[in-house]
Amino acid sequence: MARIEFVEIAHSYYRNPQAPSDYALKEINTVWEDGGAYALLGPSGCGKTTLLNVISGLLKPSRGKVLYDGRDVTALPPEKRNIAQVFQFPVLYDTMSVYDNLAFPLKNRGFNKEDTVRRVQEVAEILDLTKDLRKKAAGLSADAKQKISLGRGLVRSDVAAVLFDEPLTVIDPHLKWHLRRKLKEIHEQLKLTLIYVTHDQVEALTFAEKVIVMYEGEIVQIGTPEELFENPQHKFVGYFIGSPGMNFLPCTIEGPTAWVGGVRIDLAPETAALGAKATGALELGIRPMHLEVHGAAVAGGVPATVTSLEDQGSFKILTAAFDGHTIRARLPEDRPVPDKKAWLTFPPSRTKLFADERLVG
Amino acid sequence: MGLALKNVDKIVGGETHLKGIDLEFETGSRNVLLGRTLAGKTTLLRIMAGLDRPSRGQVLVDGENVTGVSVRKRGVAMVYQQFINYPSLSVYANIASPLRRSGLNKREIDLRVRETAEFLHLDDLLNRLPAELSGGQQQRTAIARALVKDAQLLLLDEPLVNLDYKLREELREELRDIFRKRSAIVVYTTTEPSEALMLGGNIVVLDQGRVLQTGTTATVYQHPETLRAAEVFSDPPINALPSKITSGRAVMGGDIPIPLTGHLNGLEDGSYQFAFRSNHLWLSSQGNGDIAIHGKVDLAEINGSETFVYVKRGESAFVVQQEGVHPVSMGSTITVFIHPKHLFVYDNEGRLVAAPPVNA
Repeated sequence: MARIEFVEIAHSYYRNPQAPSDYALKEINTVWEDGGAYALLGPSGCGKTTLLNVISGLLKPSRGKVLYDGRDVTALPPEKRNIAQVFQFPVLYDTMSVYDNLAFPLKNRGFNKEDTVRRVQEVAEILDLTKDLRKKAAGLSADAKQKISLGRGLVRSDVAAVLFDEPLTVIDPHLKWHLRRKLKEIHEQLKLTLIYVTHDQVEALTFAEKVIVMYEGEIVQIGTPEELFENPQHKFVGYFIGSPGMNFLPCTIEGPTAWVGGVRIDLAPETAALGAKATGALELGIRPMHLEVHGAAVAGGVPATVTSLEDQGSFKILTAAFDGHTIRARLPEDRPVPDKKAWLTFPPSRTKLFADERLVG
Repeated sequence: MGLALKNVDKIVGGETHLKGIDLEFETGSRNVLLGRTLAGKTTLLRIMAGLDRPSRGQVLVDGENVTGVSVRKRGVAMVYQQFINYPSLSVYANIASPLRRSGLNKREIDLRVRETAEFLHLDDLLNRLPAELSGGQQQRTAIARALVKDAQLLLLDEPLVNLDYKLREELREELRDIFRKRSAIVVYTTTEPSEALMLGGNIVVLDQGRVLQTGTTATVYQHPETLRAAEVFSDPPINALPSKITSGRAVMGGDIPIPLTGHLNGLEDGSYQFAFRSNHLWLSSQGNGDIAIHGKVDLAEINGSETFVYVKRGESAFVVQQEGVHPVSMGSTITVFIHPKHLFVYDNEGRLVAAPPVNA
């Protein structure tokens, strides 16, 4: 296992990149600790696969260095980096037994028989493949095959890291949670450095200790699931994590209050103080589940018109408009909901402030 | 009037894919076919479209038997899971393609294409080829093509399943608004209860090729007549614990006493399944007579807005859905809380005996 470090990594697929937008990866400095479980999360085109390919060595970055335990591996191809990879689709030998498929990476590296048997059995046990070990891979379901691919990636304990590129894509939705659980167990038992690329927030937030959120070639936040939810460092994180995403309203600051057009919203004093010092376009952000909705006028309540109500069974989403802005609230199913006019309150501790898309406080 | 299926079976290679389907869809109605993978949703949709023939039974449109009539002669539009567009045609030409033989003149076609494109936020992309679009834009193009010709029957087969969740969130809302404005019969298949609830209208719960229940979406959600229908119409699937009532005292899951109050009042002695949706379990006591259940954490999953805790308790297991992000470690012991007012009661055959009152 290794500690992996990115020093001023940047990558462009163009030969002579000019503008920042020519870069698939803008400058990235970061560390992947030995034995950590990381997820790279972002929409398609955000640069997460490029980043994974720089870690694995499939891609040599335009600039910067990749260090494995302090050793510069930037110029080394994947086979010289001692990593294991699991892809979207099963990669295995159909004509071999499940056992031989799992043992293959070990035999290749000259592991002795005893270690090979022990390790294959250990991994097979974790992945519920023990009863299938003698079967040919060819006859198995897509799920089972992908489990074998996962096993092949996990079987060697001497790898620097195991990289996963959307490994649950082919898995039936109702079986996915089972494999997410397996991956989490595997990390707790085997203590491998795992780096997992996905656009699926459930996979990322469940699997990882630290989630790296990418947006337009940049890492916009590295944090625990709780940090991403409570304190999104960038508007994109607020939008992308959570359903519906965070509400944003352009505002100005005057003393302890924010003004959204002609509407006054009180902030926490420290948030307002940070906002007064911030430069750039200011926006107020609040998660739909933190917005409070009242059926009658309350102190500090912002009057709004209810424009739609969506019942999702376990909760409701109310959309309201005020002063030309649209805002959403997520309400528990048993909460009475006003049908025409609503008064909204913004709990100060839950009301965040962003300047030029970055969190101020 | 509208579309009716009469006693439809579909048997393929000796395997029954659909059995005894009797359904009616009224003009202008919005309908969701909800079911797990392999429930028969696509098979049923293809029979409605006229792409496949049923092995038995009839398909009637406005009372007229159209069972053998080819799809080309029916006013049907269909959207598939995969983003199917003509790869060599621009977005404009793709959307216009169903109108080519419609007898409309060029001006009218142009008007319809632009109107539909605007609806689906494709107006800036009309000159692009499908390969130059994102997945969401490709599926929007396919949907625009289905909408442009004003078909009487609009069929959508899990149209959002291959999109990432933020796009799904946006598009399903747009689709709901579009459907509301159409006079066509809309039939939409999905595996996701939240999508069904969001689209509203009527629902058909399908399981293993059979219709489990039909009705308005909200009614079926509140009164699943069978435990299986409740499972299909809950995500995570509804939890159920074997329970017994002896001499008027109820015990759930072996050792959890449940007071028989409210809608549970008057239940006869016997064995039952007490079922509860995950969102009615809490990680902390809400007071007012909720009941503690102890167990062990099997896994905690987070989807961004909610935490799902998989709890094991002896032989049984259940899932807790809690708003917000809560760190819960695997293997730890946990106490969760439920209020009896949220319990569904099913008999041993899985038939509904008592349901929680609405808005309890």
